[in-house]
Amino acid sequence: MKLTLRVWRQRAADADGAMSTYEVDGISPDMSFLEMLDTLNEDLILRGEDPVAFDHDCREGICGACSLVVNGDAHGPERTTTCQLHMRSFQDGDTIDVEPWRAAAFPVIKDLVVDRSAFDRIIQAGGYITAPTGAAPEAHATPVPKPDADFAFEHAECIGCGACVAACPNGAAMLFTSAKINHLNVLPQGAPERETRVLEMVAQMDEEGFGGCTLAGECATACPKGIPLVSITGMNREWLRATRKAAGR
Amino acid sequence: MALATRTDRRSSIARTVWDSSVGKKTVMAVSGLIMLLYLVVHMIGNLKIFFGPDEFNHYAHWLRTVGAPFMHEEWTLWLIRVVLVAAVVAHAVSAYQLSRRDIRARPAKYVHRRPRASYATRTMRWGGVILGLFIVWHVLDLTTGTVHSGGFQEGHPYQNVVDTFSTWYGDVVYIVAMLALGLHVRHGFWSAAQTLGAGSRTRDRALRATADVLALLLTAGFIAVPVGVMTKVVS
Repeated sequence: MKLTLRVWRQRAADADGAMSTYEVDGISPDMSFLEMLDTLNEDLILRGEDPVAFDHDCREGICGACSLVVNGDAHGPERTTTCQLHMRSFQDGDTIDVEPWRAAAFPVIKDLVVDRSAFDRIIQAGGYITAPTGAAPEAHATPVPKPDADFAFEHAECIGCGACVAACPNGAAMLFTSAKINHLNVLPQGAPERETRVLEMVAQMDEEGFGGCTLAGECATACPKGIPLVSITGMNREWLRATRKAAGR
Repeated sequence: MALATRTDRRSSIARTVWDSSVGKKTVMAVSGLIMLLYLVVHMIGNLKIFFGPDEFNHYAHWLRTVGAPFMHEEWTLWLIRVVLVAAVVAHAVSAYQLSRRDIRARPAKYVHRRPRASYATRTMRWGGVILGLFIVWHVLDLTTGTVHSGGFQEGHPYQNVVDTFSTWYGDVVYIVAMLALGLHVRHGFWSAAQTLGAGSRTRDRALRATADVLALLLTAGFIAVPVGVMTKVVS
């Protein structure tokens, strides 16, 4: 396959960026999108140019490091992570636009790499349980109803890649934040911090400069793990419940 | 080491709600639902115009005496007006502040653009502005009569309505605003349910259907009046 790539190049966080055009040849349809970028970078290095910087780690769709907006879609046209997107999803001769996540809370560090530490601070605000855990406990020690376990697992699938923020027209982190809140708030282990968790995480999310939810639904469409839009509804319900309880005290 | 004394006071519930993006969205949802409830009643009342001037004018005069003898004349009417103005102001101010936050959160646009979200969702902001301007015109036209065409007659709402819809611009402004209302309600009702935490996977289809039916009924019911005047059914 022969492709034309238009890639966002930005030397540093405070530098101006622009789209640069590159031609890549000899691409196999079985390559992943990141392997295609590796091919481009090898070529750039041989030509003595600066390779394109992009985030990646596990390359098997579970770590949440890769973060590319391909042709205007976070993670590209397939519902998966960019590393699991394969070149067979494109046609020979295509022009492909590659851009970084766009959000005020995710500033560009270089080229396609953005700073997602705002997510870490949201997790630090309450996305955990305060309990000494040690080794994995005996599974029947704390009974969890099957529907609750399924609900928690569905939300625990979030890998924190930030595709929801990248896809949201408001740069909102609602889907990410709600996934973690729903995951922990439904379980007995998360119950002691149920109210403070949602209040503090939402407050941190606002403080980081993420936008609000207008229920456009773009986040749930982009999510490689299929976190549903009603997750946000669940977070709103938890937030209202916690606010009422805090006022009653 | 001495423990620090907590000197921070827990902020009030109103403060918490107003300062949070989730809370402010709740203000929008509640104020929106209040206005929606009013609109349903208003639309049903408007349909009385098809039963002649006597019934319509009688209904309009009754609105001033609702709650009598407990309520003095026009007390109920003014109470409703105060609640509605409060709802409009709360809705508009939170919409403005939330929109400012949303736009700030996404300063750089993607080079590769594609239409995002449904038409109703994308037109919420401008649709809301159109509706706000429409309400001002509507009150000046048919409540105070300030900008009414062809001599506003206090106490003769039937004649005033016919006058307004006998002008082409009166029809155009009204019908455009009602189409905007339909789109606004379609996304707004369903959204409000999500914001208030009432949505769920099993209830989603019912909520979306309710939003569609409400939007269609309101738009059709309101537009029936100018169409009635245009087709001389009402004259």
